[in-house]
Amino acid sequence: MLSKRLIPCLDVREGKTTKGIKFKNNVEIGDPVVMAKFYYEHGADELVFYDITASSDKRDIMIDVVRRTAEEIFIPFSVGGGIRTVEDMRKVLLAGAEKVSVNSAAVKNPDVIGEGAEAFGSQCIVLGMDVKKVEVSDTIPSGYEIVINGGRKYMGIDALQWALDGERRGAGEICLNSIDADGTKAGYEMELTSLISNAVNIPVIASGGAGTPEHIRAVLAEANADAALIASMTHFGEYTVRGIKEYMHEKNINTRMAW
Amino acid sequence: MIAIIDYKAGNLTSVARAISHLGYPVEVTHDIDRIRSAERVIFPGVGAAGSAMNNLQELGLDKIIQEVYDAKKPVLGICLGTQIIFKESEEDNGTSCLGIVPGRVKKFPEPLMEDNKKLKIPHMGWNRVEFQGDHPVFADLDPEFEYYFVHAYYPEVEESAQDIIAGTTLYGFRFTSAVAMNNLVAVQFHPEKSGKGGLKILDNFCQWRPSC
Repeated sequence: MLSKRLIPCLDVREGKTTKGIKFKNNVEIGDPVVMAKFYYEHGADELVFYDITASSDKRDIMIDVVRRTAEEIFIPFSVGGGIRTVEDMRKVLLAGAEKVSVNSAAVKNPDVIGEGAEAFGSQCIVLGMDVKKVEVSDTIPSGYEIVINGGRKYMGIDALQWALDGERRGAGEICLNSIDADGTKAGYEMELTSLISNAVNIPVIASGGAGTPEHIRAVLAEANADAALIASMTHFGEYTVRGIKEYMHEKNINTRMAW
Repeated sequence: MIAIIDYKAGNLTSVARAISHLGYPVEVTHDIDRIRSAERVIFPGVGAAGSAMNNLQELGLDKIIQEVYDAKKPVLGICLGTQIIFKESEEDNGTSCLGIVPGRVKKFPEPLMEDNKKLKIPHMGWNRVEFQGDHPVFADLDPEFEYYFVHAYYPEVEESAQDIIAGTTLYGFRFTSAVAMNNLVAVQFHPEKSGKGGLKILDNFCQWRPSC
């Protein structure tokens, strides 16, 4: 049986992680390659790098991070943030990433999803979606709207329709981030995750809101997510990947327990 | 030298990186002489069967797999590479493939159910492989290890050749995820993305001396 995946996400700015990871010995490590290797060795099923480098002329630093990471870890990892064109995708994939994630660029130019899928295969293309809960309306019948710029700009696109559209256009996976839940540590947006994951036939990674292993169990078991994205839970040593997986295993969630 | 056959079917650098990491000389190539002179050959690939077969033909590589197989060199198929060495695939409205392994490649049926839940297609993520027999390429693997899969089609070995099935995986039903036939092994998962278990399989392959 297929295992549910646990995926740590690392924010990277100009080649450094924005928040140093604090392991048990309280040593802070700001090198994303070292962090990636640590997670690889400690049972992460996959990794996500999110490039938040602001200036475009410093983006090639990320390519170097990807290249060095690919030499050290032998699990899939994806790169998101600042990917706008097929050429951007090509650079990241050739440097050794398994997948690329497109978010606001796909909202502005949906054709990039299909172009990427055509060039590299659907399995490489992750559609990142930032979503906020809104009033149900004619334009937003699901009550969930696509937003960009960290939730500051509403796009007038229904999240459910966008997910189905993205799948039809060739996305191989969806990373579904609830802006409402993000950073709250109060749990994933269960209703949204369930709505999207049950509607599409591609895997859905739940993102935003993880605070406890129980939150992860709930979104995987009850909201039908295929994978759970985590960040602060494990970056600061509060939980370990193994600890979370032991909890999942105890609660009868299929999870990879040997690495 | 280990040759990784480059037939423009996806990003082959990750397989090369894993082999290099294990300390073996490796070359990603579509040069037929380089492939002929290799000690062993890896046939990877992601994408669709139809375009992969077209690429092989355009590059003049459609006979080389059979040739190195007949020359008794160790051959490893990975993912789409594995599917292509079967007789035919249902993908792209039916694709005639290399026909080295008796069997065909089929699309996962929809809806695909498990425990009353509809499974997603492609089969993407970590799953177990139940290895059968004691093949040296699949030796010394922790039975708890899982392997990374991404595919919407699966290989089905012919009734008369069931003894070449080397491993099976459960996704809605039990399908063949590894075959072993003389000096050839082929897996549906990605050993280069499957952590220590996958690296162990690649390492075993790089040291394998087939007895045939």
